Amino acid sequence: MSLRVLVGVKRVVDYAVKVRVRPDHKWVVTDGVKHSMNPFDEIAVEEAVRLKEKKIVSEIVAVSCGPPQSQETLRTALAMGADKAIHVEVPAKDAELLSPIHVAGIIAKIAKDEKIDLVILGKQAIDDDSNQTGQMVAGLLNWPQATFASEIVQADGGLKVTREIDGGLEVIQVKLPAVITTDLRLNQPRYATLPNIMKAKKKPIDKKSPADLGVDTKPRLEVVSVDEPPVRQAGAKVANVEELVQKLKEAGRI
Amino acid sequence: MQSVACRGLIRRFLPQKEPVSSWTTSTARLFLAGARTASTAAQPSKQVDVEEKTDVIFTNQHFEIRNLARKLIDSEINPHVDKWEAEGQFPGHAVFKKFGEAGLLGLNRDEAYGGMGLDFSYNIAFAEELGYIDAGGVVSAFGVQTDMATPAFAKYGSHELKKQYLEPAIRGEMVACVGVSEVEAGSDVANTKTHAVRKGGDFIINGHKMWITNGAQADWICLVCNTEADKPKHLSKSHILVPMKSPGVTVAKKISKMGNRSSDTAQIFFEDVKVPQTNLIGEAGMGFIYQMEQFQEERLWCAASALIGMDRIIKSTAEYCAERKAFGSAVLNNQIIYFTLAELQTEVEALRALTYRAVANYTQGDDVTLLASMCKLKAGRLARIVADKCLQFWGGMGYSEEVLISRYFRDTRCLSIAGGTDEIMLHIIAKYMGISPEKAKKK
Repeated sequence: MSLRVLVGVKRVVDYAVKVRVRPDHKWVVTDGVKHSMNPFDEIAVEEAVRLKEKKIVSEIVAVSCGPPQSQETLRTALAMGADKAIHVEVPAKDAELLSPIHVAGIIAKIAKDEKIDLVILGKQAIDDDSNQTGQMVAGLLNWPQATFASEIVQADGGLKVTREIDGGLEVIQVKLPAVITTDLRLNQPRYATLPNIMKAKKKPIDKKSPADLGVDTKPRLEVVSVDEPPVRQAGAKVANVEELVQKLKEAGRI
Repeated sequence: MQSVACRGLIRRFLPQKEPVSSWTTSTARLFLAGARTASTAAQPSKQVDVEEKTDVIFTNQHFEIRNLARKLIDSEINPHVDKWEAEGQFPGHAVFKKFGEAGLLGLNRDEAYGGMGLDFSYNIAFAEELGYIDAGGVVSAFGVQTDMATPAFAKYGSHELKKQYLEPAIRGEMVACVGVSEVEAGSDVANTKTHAVRKGGDFIINGHKMWITNGAQADWICLVCNTEADKPKHLSKSHILVPMKSPGVTVAKKISKMGNRSSDTAQIFFEDVKVPQTNLIGEAGMGFIYQMEQFQEERLWCAASALIGMDRIIKSTAEYCAERKAFGSAVLNNQIIYFTLAELQTEVEALRALTYRAVANYTQGDDVTLLASMCKLKAGRLARIVADKCLQFWGGMGYSEEVLISRYFRDTRCLSIAGGTDEIMLHIIAKYMGISPEKAKKK
């Protein structure tokens, strides 16, 4: 096989950063905060690179939608082993309002333009946790989907994908072209080595706008409010079992 | 939002970074605004994205290298350092291999030998980031490998010799050490007694070396020894590359030390050790001069590698003191504590500025022996002050093995001794200032 793969890479607030709600309660603070590639997308890039090393894949195209800094995320994907990148530039304030349906439209269009055989996306991004983009891409393209993948192998002219489902694993066979979304245990992403980081600077990044692709990114959802999780109420000490039982009865727990 | 749970899950599966603590008092928050958070957390006062960060001598590319180093430190080193400290040995070959594969062990070395062909400021960027390692012993082992055993070798060694020994060291497949100190010639390099005589096409080496970092696990040593018996002592020495497996090389003992426990420090004997004369690095008789030249990089490296350790100790002390309550208030609210920490951080930034300046001058080709000696002196002294003052604020906890400060206190004490003592630094500085009696006599 010599598949052309598209991987989606989203620039998100780094997983180690403790997020804070923005004063206007419309999103979290992102200014001056460390960002990196969505960890599930890192797994997607790693899987594409491994498939390329196994000669199943011939070319890897990394795609990111977002502000100019998304190019840094694309550079990381290129340093990990992607061959070229497409940056669909959306100004920072519009990027906040970009929803899975918009991104799915962009990815579906690029998949068609680039004659892509396989789309690999993270199952969700750790900032909005939507878990929708992969499914929507499959819907828009009318391609089979294999979500929450924990193993991908070549089989019978298509791919055999192991999926993590409630209470166990499910193995499905998908025909190509297809959309796969990655779960946490699919692989352990590599580090981009320094020589590869240097080489990545010379790899091409194509810049496009959603309009170039004919995708309407007008917001369809309105963020009403973003709030911190409620602070846990303080507990109380009881002197003995009798008091505990009494308190539980008062609280209607027993 | 599921974010909190999801992030928690990801944290469990991905390498841990230093947690970004939530600050409990306004004092602490104000304090953090001045502290340095090079590659970690939110810095609300600055509107610059970390990805575009630059700092005097560092470009965005320097920070990319630091980020890569940090990832490897967090996943390949820090989870294991407690074990290595307890065992008194870190696995040099295994660790260097990972860093070599990532391309970090030959940043300023020639691409012909697997290096990255960058300038010395990149080594300094890497050295500074190594301050995130939780044990000084591992940090010093890196320094010996990349910037103490190899500068003269890389500059003056023959092509064949570099292919055989430098390239594997850059790949992290060979561990290197440098043999300068002896029992009676530590600070006084000119008094080196180890000697080599020419016999046929070989050198026959006899003598010993002391305090050799990486000495117990090294594959080769860059040995400073006398080769020109008839010349004055500053022109009688040479650098010879000696494979540690050569017959006659004996690692007498791994020295037990108060700190830097994960690093092997050895005493090594050489008894009729035979190496080909082609193992000579550069010109015969230039050893002392090469060593003095090489010391500039070693000393700048030492200073740079000490900076983040100090930042971290000051920051963790502030965090601990913000949490710890005494007499009904956070300990940090005592002026003696937050003033002291503020002053220490100021001194660290002053040292950082001096180090960056020295590196900038060195990178443009200046001799920076004076500034490098000042950096090394100040780093050793300041690290001791930071360790001691901060440990005091930790109280009994700081004296326990449960927190990093006690290890830091032991490890950093070495900085005023190794790589040239504080007194030797003062001696050099005074000589350059023209105020030492030695200089006066010459006049």
